[in-house]
Amino acid sequence: MLGSLAHAGSAMTAAFLASIVEAVEALTIVLAVATVRGWRPAGLGAFAGLMLLILIVAGLGPLLDLVPLYFLQLAIGILLLLFGMRWLRKAILRSAGVIPLHDEATIFATETAELREQVRRHEARLDWLAGLASFKAVVLEGLEVVFIVIALSAGHGSLIPASAGALAACLLIACIALVVHRPLTRVPENTLKFAVGIMLSAFGIFWTGEGLGVSWPGADIAIVVFAALFLAVALAAVALLRRPSAEALQ
Amino acid sequence: MNSLGAVLRELAGLFIEDGSLALEIVAVVALAGLSATLISDAPLITGGILLFGCLGVLFANVALAVRR
Repeated sequence: MLGSLAHAGSAMTAAFLASIVEAVEALTIVLAVATVRGWRPAGLGAFAGLMLLILIVAGLGPLLDLVPLYFLQLAIGILLLLFGMRWLRKAILRSAGVIPLHDEATIFATETAELREQVRRHEARLDWLAGLASFKAVVLEGLEVVFIVIALSAGHGSLIPASAGALAACLLIACIALVVHRPLTRVPENTLKFAVGIMLSAFGIFWTGEGLGVSWPGADIAIVVFAALFLAVALAAVALLRRPSAEALQ
Repeated sequence: MNSLGAVLRELAGLFIEDGSLALEIVAVVALAGLSATLISDAPLITGGILLFGCLGVLFANVALAVRR
């Protein structure tokens, strides 16, 4: 009972935090489109992207039930390891000042400039191009959310908490965007990526091990121990690799 | 066509950004799988290889990234 609650809680938290990161990134592009060409193409593109994501989830969900459980655990575990450790690696390097932090304001400015350039070159079909940019941003960032939700819930009945976490994050970011009407530059994106990378890596170890026939001591509680170990290693790596400029970047 | 290419690149990029990290993770999983096959009566050894292998790979990869 305690293990199941820990699993559902971890899945919901990881999905919520990861979805905040992705929703902020998608929102930056949608806002850039809306700034250059108005809300109609931006909104239509975003809506079409959301519809495609819903179709993907509706199509993939039933198919997963047909896959043998151990194979599903192994495949999803490996994908979670690849995905989670990729995020964690980048978050460590950013925290240590080795690579620059993600900057939504710069991305917004770049995207806006690119769209304005497209206005100049292709005035006649600009709404179509603007809508496509919005659509692509929602689909690409949304696919990461879909993967996280499916991976965290596959074979463990956590679909509802993971989906609820992701939905809550997307609604929260959408509401904030409606109020502020500009890119969300104050979201601690790297801290969120750090936390999500740790959680996804911990889930990845758990699932991959289960797929290989390992019965982890403490069952689902082991995920918390794995997360603590990943956190310790990540913090040690940041402390050892930190460059003098890192504090200035933070 | 360009958009389709970008989508496919982005999809691959979801899992593989630094090729060496992805290869090292797959190698650790393969080693753990080998251990599960050869010493199937001691699954915790498999778990240990997987867990500490991935932690070691992560640490070594970021340390090498700094040197590069």
